[in-house]
Amino acid sequence: MSAILQPAELPGATDTPHEGASGVRLAVRRFLRNRLAVAGLCVVAFFVLFCFVGPLVYSTDQTHTALQQVNLSPSGNHWLGTDAVGHDELGRLMYGGKVSLVVGLAAGVLATVIGTLWGATAGYAGGWIDAAMMRVVDAGIAIPALFILLVVSAITTPGLAGMILILGLVSWLVPSRLIRAETLSLKNRDYVLTLRAIGGTHARAILRHILPNSVSTIIVATTFQIADAILLVAYVSYLGLGVQPPSTDWGGMLAAGLNAAYSGYWWLILPPGLAIILVVWAFNAIGDGLRDAFDVRGRG
Amino acid sequence: MTAQPDGTATAAEPILELDDLGVVFTTESARVPAVRGVSLRVRPGETLALVGESGSGKSTVALAAMGLLSGNARVTGRAAVAGTDIVGADEAGLARLRGRTVSMVFQEPATALDPLTRVGGQISEVIRNHHDVTAQDAAARAVDLLRRVGIPEPERRASAYPFELSGGQRQRVVIAMAIANDPALLIADEPTTALDVTVQAEILDLLRRLAAETGTGVLLVTHNMGVVADFADRVAVMYQGRIVESGTVEDVLLHPTHDYTRRLLAAVPRLTVAPTGERRPAGEARTVTGRGPQDEGEPVGARPDGESDSTSGGGAAGEPVVELRDVSVVYGRGKRAVRALDGVSFVVRPGETLGLVGESGSGKSTAARVALGLIGPNAGTVSLFGTDLARTRGRARRALRAGIGVVLQDPVASLDARMTVGSCVAEPLLVHRREMSARDRRSRVEDVLEQVRLPRALARRAPGELSGGQRQRVSLARALVLEPRLLVADEPTSALDVSVQEAVLEVITELQDDLGFACLIVSHDLAVVQHFARRVAVMRAGRIEEQGPTGETLLHPETDYTRRLLAAAPVPDPVVQRARRTERLAALAAGRTEGGA
Repeated sequence: MSAILQPAELPGATDTPHEGASGVRLAVRRFLRNRLAVAGLCVVAFFVLFCFVGPLVYSTDQTHTALQQVNLSPSGNHWLGTDAVGHDELGRLMYGGKVSLVVGLAAGVLATVIGTLWGATAGYAGGWIDAAMMRVVDAGIAIPALFILLVVSAITTPGLAGMILILGLVSWLVPSRLIRAETLSLKNRDYVLTLRAIGGTHARAILRHILPNSVSTIIVATTFQIADAILLVAYVSYLGLGVQPPSTDWGGMLAAGLNAAYSGYWWLILPPGLAIILVVWAFNAIGDGLRDAFDVRGRG
Repeated sequence: MTAQPDGTATAAEPILELDDLGVVFTTESARVPAVRGVSLRVRPGETLALVGESGSGKSTVALAAMGLLSGNARVTGRAAVAGTDIVGADEAGLARLRGRTVSMVFQEPATALDPLTRVGGQISEVIRNHHDVTAQDAAARAVDLLRRVGIPEPERRASAYPFELSGGQRQRVVIAMAIANDPALLIADEPTTALDVTVQAEILDLLRRLAAETGTGVLLVTHNMGVVADFADRVAVMYQGRIVESGTVEDVLLHPTHDYTRRLLAAVPRLTVAPTGERRPAGEARTVTGRGPQDEGEPVGARPDGESDSTSGGGAAGEPVVELRDVSVVYGRGKRAVRALDGVSFVVRPGETLGLVGESGSGKSTAARVALGLIGPNAGTVSLFGTDLARTRGRARRALRAGIGVVLQDPVASLDARMTVGSCVAEPLLVHRREMSARDRRSRVEDVLEQVRLPRALARRAPGELSGGQRQRVSLARALVLEPRLLVADEPTSALDVSVQEAVLEVITELQDDLGFACLIVSHDLAVVQHFARRVAVMRAGRIEEQGPTGETLLHPETDYTRRLLAAAPVPDPVVQRARRTERLAALAAGRTEGGA
């Protein structure tokens, strides 16, 4: 996302007087005008660098315990102190962040992909197929995702891939509704009718016309799904049912830190808590910005 | 009525004065001048038509005269209604003026009314906004107004919601609201564009009568030269934000001096009508009054003699390209069932053009979609290229469809905005000629673009960068890329300006001569069909009223309905149109006295 959006801001985008400014470019310009969205983008970029490039600069041992230096407060050696088993807290924030971001991104994308295919199929087919498929979605929405998530993780103690799979499978329902609504209006567009009249296949209509034209809805849905997924991972890990030690994520760190809350070890609580809040807020801000940017373009 | 004292006092004073009016819109990408240096006057009792093509700024002028322009518009110059300046007026001053001294009739009656308020209530609200009257008095006046605009049973209709009324009745309600306070100036922005021709004629009659009764000045904004000829006293022609020519309706329409006006008028497709006024007035009138009621009594439906007509008139040999036999389409079930098509039969033979005409809801588009196989008939058979569509499935049916090209109405929605023009045109090749190499495909696409008179380089552009006419030609290129045997065009030009329409129709005609495909064209515009189709089928309420060779059917129609349809279509010649109007009203009056019993 950031790779696509940022370079376009540099040349020409601000002063294209001719009418022919393309839709994407207009959307980018609108997005960049939204300060909150740009701030969100910066926050996400920062955390991605922090978690994936950070460890190369600030290398720490996150596998072996160091029981002679537990719960140290921030100092020159350990910028954010150490935790209850002697891991450097700043390094752990990077290490746990990796898991949170990877699981969140992958689960958000997976949920949107499943939801998109389901919703597009239901909307395009219409009739009883649509009715049956959407009743499945209604039933799914009636059961809280968190509940399913907790039950399944309690039974199976999933690894990283398992976590992504479960999260994806419980949160595709909302995007499927969005995409179905989009499909309902797109399938009666003249270009889809024309394609069908000359004998184009249904697969072609969905894959070449309906999905590309829903792309703005899909992208916006994805960003919100990522935010939700990061939050869900944090919940589950906080309750001790997420990724298992020595691996961890921000939710797990928060849980560990809260055990020490009454000892005044703030450096174990504030950093992961803030990280979760900031990243979730950032993805939501990006989603809002993208929605506004695309919506206005759709109207014109 | 109440405006009379004012009317006589200000007879010389123009009710609307625009001096050097300029409007500039500030948009996201640029500042767009929409109106430049427009000056015009409307006097009481006079109708000034502001004509021009889309984007000429005519609607902007109308909105500026009401002070209704959006916030990003900057207005210069002077606009005054009844001596009150509009440009500098504050919102409260404008509100006192609007609905009382000046009021407006918009294009789309469906959205001009509040769907959740009864129409009587909406009219009384307009009255009570400006006059201190009791609710009962206002309601009584609302009923009175509904009667004046010709709504039957006004007492009952006053408590109807807008959705319970037809489009024409809704527009009558909008007009009733506009005249509720006897305005001195009525601004009508395309008041009949969303309506069928027969309804359009009634609405124009109504507006003309009301304007004459009360001495109201009318500013009519329209693109339709026929409406201008029918209704206006004076005309101002707008082009690119300026008035290029103005004068009396006879001068401008019959002896245009400006080059643009001449081109515009030349591009208007003219309906050739039987010279009823001169040659056989008595005979024609007698057929109308004599046969009309009789025809209405018995359902006409699909005529068996349509077949013989087509063979004698068309003369085209060979197996029909598409044939509908006794096709019925029913939507819904039980009591709510709607018969969209009812026993419709027609054939299109190789190389010939069949025009389907009719008003909205007549089933003409449904018939075209049945021919395309997009809608399955509930009864009857459809055969395409000699094969019964109902007996084909899957791949065979798709292969059959390789012989069809389709052009639909909306130039924006017809092309996928996310594809380049080239890939839009190439799509049928990707569906039916998968073995074709990318290079062959590209050159075929560019060849077709050239055939529809577009530059080859256009293939790399996005549809969003093209004009409406260019887009319809891209649609046409897509339809022709497989060299089809049948082209189905559903209102291919009705969203286009007349000059653009002419160019598009010309391209279709030329290519048809070259390539020899058959054509099924659906249109509400009789003039377009007359110029374009060899045979015509007139549809009404899901049935074919009559069909036959275009020349005969549209010059000497057999059914009363076709005759009424023809009579209602305004022609862009004020003298001829006036004669036609008199004749139509006479026929109507005669029909009413005889058939009303």
